[in-house]
Amino acid sequence: MKFWRVPLDSDEIVITRGVVHIIEDRCKGCGYCIDYCPRDVLEASSRFNSKGYHPPAVKQPDLCVNCHYCEAVCPDFAIFSVEAPAQPI
Amino acid sequence: MNAATTQKHPLDGMLRTDRIPHIWCPGCGIGTVFSSSLIAISSMGTDPMKTAVVSGIGCSGRGAGYVNLDSYHTTHGRAIPFATGMKLANPELTVVVFSGDGDLFAIGGNHFIHAARRNMDLTVICVNNLNYGMTGGQAAATTPHLAKTSTTQRGNPEGPFNLPLLAYACGATFIARWTMLHTRDLTQSISEALTHTGFSFIEVLAPCPTGYGRKNKLKNSDLLKVYQEKAIIKNGANPAETILDMEQGITLGKFVEYDRPTYADNYKSVNCD
Ligand SMILES: Cc1ncc(C[n+]2csc(CCOP(=O)(O)OP(=O)(O)O)c2C)c(N)n1
Ligand code: SF4
Ligand code: SF4
Ligand code: SF4
Ligand SMILES: [Mg+2]
Repeated sequence: MKFWRVPLDSDEIVITRGVVHIIEDRCKGCGYCIDYCPRDVLEASSRFNSKGYHPPAVKQPDLCVNCHYCEAVCPDFAIFSVEAPAQPI
Repeated sequence: MNAATTQKHPLDGMLRTDRIPHIWCPGCGIGTVFSSSLIAISSMGTDPMKTAVVSGIGCSGRGAGYVNLDSYHTTHGRAIPFATGMKLANPELTVVVFSGDGDLFAIGGNHFIHAARRNMDLTVICVNNLNYGMTGGQAAATTPHLAKTSTTQRGNPEGPFNLPLLAYACGATFIARWTMLHTRDLTQSISEALTHTGFSFIEVLAPCPTGYGRKNKLKNSDLLKVYQEKAIIKNGANPAETILDMEQGITLGKFVEYDRPTYADNYKSVNCD
């Protein structure tokens, strides 16, 4: 993560990071997770799932902060995030 | 890190996963409201054996068929009387009604007003998608004035109910309104409604892209943009002053919470001394 000034206690701060998981065959391609991810982690893909929809792809995995918003907004129980092991900044 | 996972979704335990993917259309907001409801129910920490979900008929009414709890898919408009019977017969149960605006306020409108008047101890979650989604996007008691539906091709000559005001006037003791985008506030309100004793009502605005969206030339995410841009969050707002207007704004928040005796309390005090 970029800072305009490195915080003095940067060795103590840990930023929550997440890993996003997609259950592709449940996805109906509505794009809400892509539109509403606050960190622009996801993008549309041209791949098809078994029902003929386009599931999202993970564009910038390192930016995921595990906020769970994609998980909450998905109408299809098709995406969720889990906490990644903590890393000092 | 990318793409397909073998891990389970955190809500799988609350779902009848053999029925997933559900029937709701791509971009339909019902699934998101349902998801918030499941999070609220599961975070209550109460005995799942003592929680039941009741739905009526409609796309929203399919909710009862997907939740991995005791659930009942009743006839059209009759979720509230069914839930009332369950609650009175077995007062230990937490009874949640999950249904649509047509089911709860058109064919089932009378049941809603009387359950609120009696302060029946139920939590009623209404997915308001501004129309009858399931049957082809007909006008409902919630369709905005001048909106196009399959039965109002030139624009709706009628005006909609203000559901929080209706609920308040009838005697509901917990009232909130959110949109499906406000997932955290929504989940919080459902959790509070579940612990509130008395008639709790939560209206949730959610898009029906196939019915309402198509007729009003709204793309999948257009209505969500309106919800985002027009939201005016006013907790504690007087229900008479709440608005739902795609241009002027949409008042959201927890509007009402107060205590008064429930139907069961009053019934006991009259009959069991
Ligand atoms: C007694 C009866 N009348 C009419 C119908 C047809 N019907 C099925 S669903 C529905 C409307 C549902 O609207 P709503 O509750 O808003 O649900 P949505 O599909 O929009 O989620 C109607 C009129 C029926 N099933 N039963
Ligand atoms: S958890 Fe939050 S940051 Fe990560 S992908 Fe989902 S919405 Fe984006
Ligand atoms: S919100 Fe869910 S259904 Fe919609 S594109 Fe994302 S993963 Fe697919
Ligand atoms: S018709 Fe409308 S309410 Fe019904 S599932 Fe499709 S989008 Fe949802
Ligand atoms: Mg409806």
